[in-house]
Amino acid sequence: MSPEMLKLFAGVFGVLVVASAAGAALKRRVARGEPHGTIDTLNARIGAWWWMVILLGVAFAFGKGGVVVLFAFVSFLCLREFVSLTYTRRGDHWALALAFFVFLPLQFALVGAERYGLYSIAIPVYAFLTLPIFAALSSDTTRFFERAAKLQAALMICVYCVSYVPALVTLRIPGFEGGSLLLIGWLVLVVQTSDVLQYVWGKLVGRRRIAPALAPSKTVEGVAGGLASASLVGALLAWLTPFTVLQAGAVALVVCTMGFLGSLVMAAIKRDRGVREWGTTLEGRGGMLDRLDSVIFAAPVYFHLVRHWWEP
Amino acid sequence: MDSVRFSKEKLAADGICAFARLLTGARALWKGTAPAAVQRIYYGNHTSHGDFVLIWASLPEELRVRTRPVAGADYWNATPLRRWLAHEVLRGVVIERTKTDGGADPVAQMGAALDAGDSLILFPEGTRNTTDAPLLPFRSGIWRVVAAHPDVECVPVWIENLNRVMPKGEFLPIPLLCTLSFGEPVRIAPGEAKDAFLDRLAGALLALAPPPS
Repeated sequence: MSPEMLKLFAGVFGVLVVASAAGAALKRRVARGEPHGTIDTLNARIGAWWWMVILLGVAFAFGKGGVVVLFAFVSFLCLREFVSLTYTRRGDHWALALAFFVFLPLQFALVGAERYGLYSIAIPVYAFLTLPIFAALSSDTTRFFERAAKLQAALMICVYCVSYVPALVTLRIPGFEGGSLLLIGWLVLVVQTSDVLQYVWGKLVGRRRIAPALAPSKTVEGVAGGLASASLVGALLAWLTPFTVLQAGAVALVVCTMGFLGSLVMAAIKRDRGVREWGTTLEGRGGMLDRLDSVIFAAPVYFHLVRHWWEP
Repeated sequence: MDSVRFSKEKLAADGICAFARLLTGARALWKGTAPAAVQRIYYGNHTSHGDFVLIWASLPEELRVRTRPVAGADYWNATPLRRWLAHEVLRGVVIERTKTDGGADPVAQMGAALDAGDSLILFPEGTRNTTDAPLLPFRSGIWRVVAAHPDVECVPVWIENLNRVMPKGEFLPIPLLCTLSFGEPVRIAPGEAKDAFLDRLAGALLALAPPPS
């Protein structure tokens, strides 16, 4: 591990230790050991971050292969949650099997093989054409278009977008050789920080709701404060990246905005399906998609920004 | 208790449980009762060959080792691998679903397992439900077994989504999250008639089903 990586993990570790201690103190002093909605959610979130940091740390230790395998598994859990909440029929069996057992592994294998020309189109072109063909061959037309479109959206969100996180490792930036894992660390840290700070600002000064029907806790003040302060954090962490301080702040603003909009879209899908959370993969902390919705929408945009302006 | 016991049957059982969780999440919701070392018949809606594996995998291990699934001989005796899985790994009570002359009596086989102190997993519909109706009519075997063992609790288990994981006739399972809702136990009343008891069983199971989407 590079010195920057060690500093990053040491810093995150320190923050989590403080957060865990604060969470335990709140549980003891304020909640007095009784169940307490907000404090229990906070502690569950802190627990989820510990897992996220530990898993990322282990994957980083194995380099590109570790990151590709970790996110392939994350993608599997996301797709399982998404399809579980989607209307499918027996006629979709082979399309679903192809999505899980062919297109998902293929996407991450192509990322691992650094075949950008293939992994950037494998799903939006070939999966999008192939899956409705198999669904059509079953001759079941009930809600056919809806079924085909939903499976395409599931692959796009849960496989294609997720695969752009490990794809960051394949970028070759002059003067930043061997540091590409840091691009992932910076992205996940900044976007997750933005989620937390939006919540904190919203609690402190939140007044006007942005989208009361889908995300009652998101307010204009909370989102503006969260995006601004997370962008500041991104700028202060410029030393982890190939960006200057100003560039880092601007890129952070873009990815945090995409993250916020992504969580709105995912909230709208959940409301449409009548559920509060995607699943229970992380017991007591919602599903994998609940924790990663913002990273999923930010990753491809971040990848292309870096690829376009920093990779020769 | 011998805590560490390695055998290929134990290894296969753990492997099946791990596989079932990876595939389906196997999330157990104990709504009407808690997992307890009480002699029970877990009965569920039957949509797939994986049904009893899923109930079996979602039980805590100390209960699982004392719980035997009731399985149809026509499927589970058909190949040597299935026979080994059903008899040795899952410790199933393998019964003939259609009457045969000179074959073992299914009710007596299930009674013997209960007499030995084990719990059972049973699908009273008798065959996999591929209709649009939520449940097929229950067959009478469960009433005959419980009438002879009135102290045994019948625990309804509604299995959600497994029919989508492995539809009848397909061999490749699709990974989808399944939930198992364990309801309030049903006990037979002294002298309760067959139809009345079967109706109560079906009602308790249907009460766990989610509203249609």
